[in-house]
Amino acid sequence: MAEIAEVQSFTVTFIIRRFNPETDTEPYWQDFDVEMYATDRVLDGLHKIKWDVDGTLSFRRSCAHGICGSDAMRINGRNRLACKTLIKDLDISKPVYVEAIKGLPLEKDLIVDMEPFFKAYREVNPFMVTSAKPEKEHIQSPEQRARFDDTTKCILCAACTTSCPVFWTDGQYFGPAAIVNAHRFIFDSRDEDAQVRLDILNSKEGVWRCRTTFNCSEACPRGIEVTKAIAEVKQAVLRGVR
Amino acid sequence: MTQVHNHEYDVVIVGAGGAGMRAAIEAAPNAKTAVITKLYPTRSHTGAAQGGMAAALANVEEDSWEWHTFDTVKGGDYLVDQDAAEILAKEAIDAIIDLENMGLPFNRTPEGKIDQRRFGGHTRDHGKAPVRRACYAADRTGHMILQTLFQNCVKLGVEFHNEFYVLDLLLTEEKGVTHTSGVVAYELATGDIHVFHAKSVVFATGGFGKMFKTTSNAHTLTGDGVGIVWRKGLPLEDMEFFQFHPTGLAGLGILLTEGARGEGAILRNASGERFMERYAPTIKDLAPRDIISRCMVQEVAEGRGAGPEKDYVLLDCTHLGAEVLETKLPDITEFARTYLGVDPVHEPVPVMPTAHYAMGGIPTNTDAEVLKDNTTVIPGLYAAGECACVSVHGSNRLGTNSLLDINVFGKRAGRNAAAYANKAKHVAMPKAPESEVLALVEKLRASDGSESVATLRKELQVEMDRNAQVFRTEESLKHAEGVIKDLRKRYLNIGIHDRGQRFNTDLLEAIELGFLLDLAEVVVVSARNRKESRGGHMRDDFPDRNDKKYMVHTMAYREAKKIRLDWKPVVITNYQPMERKY
Repeated sequence: MAEIAEVQSFTVTFIIRRFNPETDTEPYWQDFDVEMYATDRVLDGLHKIKWDVDGTLSFRRSCAHGICGSDAMRINGRNRLACKTLIKDLDISKPVYVEAIKGLPLEKDLIVDMEPFFKAYREVNPFMVTSAKPEKEHIQSPEQRARFDDTTKCILCAACTTSCPVFWTDGQYFGPAAIVNAHRFIFDSRDEDAQVRLDILNSKEGVWRCRTTFNCSEACPRGIEVTKAIAEVKQAVLRGVR
Repeated sequence: MTQVHNHEYDVVIVGAGGAGMRAAIEAAPNAKTAVITKLYPTRSHTGAAQGGMAAALANVEEDSWEWHTFDTVKGGDYLVDQDAAEILAKEAIDAIIDLENMGLPFNRTPEGKIDQRRFGGHTRDHGKAPVRRACYAADRTGHMILQTLFQNCVKLGVEFHNEFYVLDLLLTEEKGVTHTSGVVAYELATGDIHVFHAKSVVFATGGFGKMFKTTSNAHTLTGDGVGIVWRKGLPLEDMEFFQFHPTGLAGLGILLTEGARGEGAILRNASGERFMERYAPTIKDLAPRDIISRCMVQEVAEGRGAGPEKDYVLLDCTHLGAEVLETKLPDITEFARTYLGVDPVHEPVPVMPTAHYAMGGIPTNTDAEVLKDNTTVIPGLYAAGECACVSVHGSNRLGTNSLLDINVFGKRAGRNAAAYANKAKHVAMPKAPESEVLALVEKLRASDGSESVATLRKELQVEMDRNAQVFRTEESLKHAEGVIKDLRKRYLNIGIHDRGQRFNTDLLEAIELGFLLDLAEVVVVSARNRKESRGGHMRDDFPDRNDKKYMVHTMAYREAKKIRLDWKPVVITNYQPMERKY
């Protein structure tokens, strides 16, 4: 706690990729100097700019502690949540570059159109399908429950999908997040529709587009082993669910 | 140029958190339904709830819904409507089974049943000892509820209007009766206005914790739905009762679940003393939130706080072991590591109370129908979740009862809204239904006064933390009321930067601040009027509960020059008020 007691502020330079569809033909970079503390988050910096300097700066945010998934953006070339990226973890001797996540249509400043992302999500049938009608709950052992625990953490922030080079070049690819959400049901012992999802993901724009670059795992703010999940889905396509 | 679009639905649901989506799952298969939401559904703050959802399943030890009802009534310091609490506790069991059957991945017992953990104020046999009643999915139960409900909305093909900000409720007088006729929304992406003509409307818009500086609430929790209802001249109930959750990360307000104490974590002061033993000898660290928050503030006020400024207490999880923390409390473990640089496995975590939950809100009956006075419903208008006051939480909500509330009363709201729509006709909307929203948006978009939205909001938040938080007095509340009045005047002279149509979040924040200022005034005026201490409302100058005078709900009405206050009786069925000891 000692470092929190010693409160010392310093100037951080943010260089933000701006775009206003009503006035600009092309995005451009703009820099802002902001007084920050080591424990501040990048989101605090964006708020300081918006609230004290330029109210037109536009971005999404809600919970501000990494659970709602609103503020995924590219910070120094890496996809991260602005509310989970602390200034002390960045090299502030250099400017902090902030831009919208890539591969989705740019709407304004740091805001992209999320609809293609959610469309891919919906296409993998991300819901439980079961014919069982138990009187109470389905019985599921802790081990069966643990089998898909990792992929239940997904907050649909799109950090993984928009860090994927395949997704950048081929907007039709389902992308890591949709596969993660398929995985969450494919390996759920209560669900009966695994084969349907595996068939969907065995298609041209499915799991085989994955080139295992691990960008997605590195980008996930929830620490989900995304590439491993995709690999497990690939295995299941070939050999069935185990 | 702002365009106006028209839509027609049977049921319109405003808000896509837990209550809104639970309502949609009931309504959409039975009536033409739209969900209109300021945020993408999965961004809603239901997702931030952590510890669990209560239901007397008795999966791991003896329990009954009657005990749950009693705990809810006692936890709410007897201001709970007991008929509503009974419904909540009884229907909890089906609500949990519904969620599990929809796919929610609860933690499991070795036999494969839904596991349950302890939580504050939930007891066996009317207060004898803590009981394991909270069903949970690690410490992301709210996240799993939000995801599961969204998944089922996808399954049902529920129609969402995402990033549409509802700004007006349409009411129509017909044969002397006030009916609902729809809502008007502002589309963030385009700046266009959308008029939704509907037979029934469900408000499920969440709370307004952003009127406080230290809060677990999202930036977007600005009381929009509650504010709209207020501006239409409808009453608000029990607004003075706001819950301050004991364990917010010190200085930040980020929530650390009560489930941590349910798993055995202990609150300690600077000298390492387990101070709750002194205040609540039977259930100690699992006393209800209002009591624990008060004790924490008192420890700090009396000089026993920890840290260099002695301004917080410590949540000690170190004896739980890495495995319990990593498997049952992984998210809060990470929050402490990320935001304070403290590893709960090895060191205690600095915590202080954080503004968390509005017990009060839009008054409804147990069918989730909105009331325009103590008894009269508005046909076609429903509310559920944190924005509503039914009142199952009374003056203090028990942990895990809000995830329950959104499921039980969200379901009732959706079911009843669809049933009403199927027997009712569309009521004509008022003339030029979009006019008020259009005027509000155009005025604020063009505003070029000298006051800044961010400054006014910050001043409001600082004042509310200082003078309307855990401890209140006549003097502090009077001061807060004066400050809010002044801020409301200054709000008329704000200026914004962004004049654009597309994603104008500058404009959005200005509108949100307007709702916060309106509601803060109601909170403070209602609090000044209640000269007793009960649940979340602690008056230093009136430290005792006064059942003779105040065993009634507050009903606040907006009038031309002032806020008028009235009372509404509390529904008592089985439990007479008793002294509240733990």
